[in-house]
Amino acid sequence: MKKIYIKEEYCIACRLCEIYCQVKHSKSKKILKAFKNETDILSRVLVEEIGYNSFAIQCRHCEDAPCVEACISGAMQKNKNTGIVTCDEKKCVGCWMCIMACPYGVIKRDLSEKKVASKCDLCGDEEYPVCVRNCPNEALQFKDI
Amino acid sequence: MALKLNQSEFEIVRDKGKCISCQVCVRQCSNDVHEYDEDDGTVLSDNSKCVGCHRCETLCPTGSIKIKRRESEFKSNANWTAEHLKNIYKQAETGGVVLTSMGCDKPYPVYWDHILFNASQVTNPSIDPLREPMEIKTFIGRKPDRLELKPVRESGSNIIRFKNNLEPQLELSVPVLFSAMSYGSISLNAVKSLAKAASEFGTFYNTGEGGLHKDLRGYGNNTIVQVASGRFGVDKDYLNSGAAVEIKIGQGAKPGIGGHLPGEKVNYDVSTTRMIPEGSDAISPAPHHDIYSIEDLSQLIYALKEATEYKKPVGVKISAVHNVAPIASGIVRAGADFISIDGFRGGTGAAPQVIRDNVGIPIELALAAVDIRLREEGIRHKVSLIVAGSIRSSADVIKAIALGADAVYIGTAALVALGCHLCQKCYTSKCNWGIATQDPYLTKRLNPEIGTRKLINLLTAWSHEIKEMLGGAGINAIESLRGNREHLRGVGLNEKELSILGIKHAGEAW
Repeated sequence: MKKIYIKEEYCIACRLCEIYCQVKHSKSKKILKAFKNETDILSRVLVEEIGYNSFAIQCRHCEDAPCVEACISGAMQKNKNTGIVTCDEKKCVGCWMCIMACPYGVIKRDLSEKKVASKCDLCGDEEYPVCVRNCPNEALQFKDI
Repeated sequence: MALKLNQSEFEIVRDKGKCISCQVCVRQCSNDVHEYDEDDGTVLSDNSKCVGCHRCETLCPTGSIKIKRRESEFKSNANWTAEHLKNIYKQAETGGVVLTSMGCDKPYPVYWDHILFNASQVTNPSIDPLREPMEIKTFIGRKPDRLELKPVRESGSNIIRFKNNLEPQLELSVPVLFSAMSYGSISLNAVKSLAKAASEFGTFYNTGEGGLHKDLRGYGNNTIVQVASGRFGVDKDYLNSGAAVEIKIGQGAKPGIGGHLPGEKVNYDVSTTRMIPEGSDAISPAPHHDIYSIEDLSQLIYALKEATEYKKPVGVKISAVHNVAPIASGIVRAGADFISIDGFRGGTGAAPQVIRDNVGIPIELALAAVDIRLREEGIRHKVSLIVAGSIRSSADVIKAIALGADAVYIGTAALVALGCHLCQKCYTSKCNWGIATQDPYLTKRLNPEIGTRKLINLLTAWSHEIKEMLGGAGINAIESLRGNREHLRGVGLNEKELSILGIKHAGEAW
């Protein structure tokens, strides 16, 4: 499967990946509307920074995903065909066990409506995830293993 | 603190309706222009710190930022221009030399823009480069006095070979090389982009006087190593790891002036590359302390040829000054295989503004004068001419070659391809585009993979355009254009300018 690779030496900490991820997961999908009218849109990618070192990290879609193991409601599933780990927000009960289990800390609590776990879905409907497409320095790459 | 008399040069116009306070501009500006106000969730900008590099404008996801030149409030005065006033205010405040970067930006005539290229009509056919072969390969190096050939029998067939061995030559797939820009003046990622692009495209980059970083030794076949007055990083290995050696006497942006890399910028990597102690100032003297005559220069040329076992061309780089033609003649006689001439518009990492804007001559006139002088003396073939100092497009390349150049160096154009916006603030080492800086937070911004791709694209595009223009003029090899001034005509030039350029005025036929 195709995964997102991080080239931390070229991450410039502009956080455009976070911004475009928020737009992608907004209701309107339009940057101005999303930021002006919608509240609490979570970015599923997170830029970590210490000094001048930085990198953008999102769900690694682990082969043996601990979040799927930990999920009590069956909301967190790994698609056998695509390999993408997604959270079915209708089934999610907000117990946060996935957050406890995730070794990368890339699942977030979405408290905007019903409590659900929010995580990267690899923008399944797009050719490239928006974080990859909008990284100005190609610090994120989407390629086959 | 006395009142500062200078006003800001730029105005940051932020469209509040579009700004989403995402703070990309805040994070990207190394001059701390933008600031996020947490109390009311808005981003504020301080015009006085803006250098006009357009980084924020380019990265703003909603296009809410526009950098505008702030109109001067001074009473209009053709003599006491705003620049003169601002510089005096600055100097009255600091007592120092006004520093600047990149090439001269004053409105001196740009002769390229007063020269037009020819095309074929009816009496001689033009050539379509997409259908017919078009040769733009170029060789840099000393050519033989006459062509002496001999037939030899090799592996069963008769072929023609040169009678005498040729002097060492550089083979370029396009008559464009990357100018000398040292590691130190530009970031390692910028040098890597140049080195990779040169090696993939089949041309050369130049180390400048900063030595050769260990990561770049692998690109030796496409490297011109420079020996400048500071002799930084020069040893036998260095000389032999490049394909050619260039002695730097002068630089177009600052003829007669040395260089000074402040100790703060001499980090571990730069210090090992330059072979000087960490944190020490790297001072390049104005002259080479062992060169006071053409004979002295000859000694250095032959010392370098000895060190490289006569296997590599050795050239000399000078800036275009008033006596450039006789100086070039002397350099040929001193034994140089190529001469690089840098016009007064050539770029720099740092130079006193008064020097950059007032010293030297335009490269077009220098090139024409040198080419004519060397032809008159019958020594033009002994040397290749590489010209530099603001080659902005493939048209400038074509015109330079028709004026007599063998190839051109591009420095500023290459940096612009890497993202440079010519804000002329290289000397602050805060380049927001990751080019003219050593700050690890900023150098990351130039991904050498992207840089290499952009440079190769630029060379590819220029090659296509050069071939199209050659074909249009009915020429199928760049060799046939070299010094072929009949293909050039001047517009809006006076008799003297035309005679120095050695071209006719537009409207004059053969």
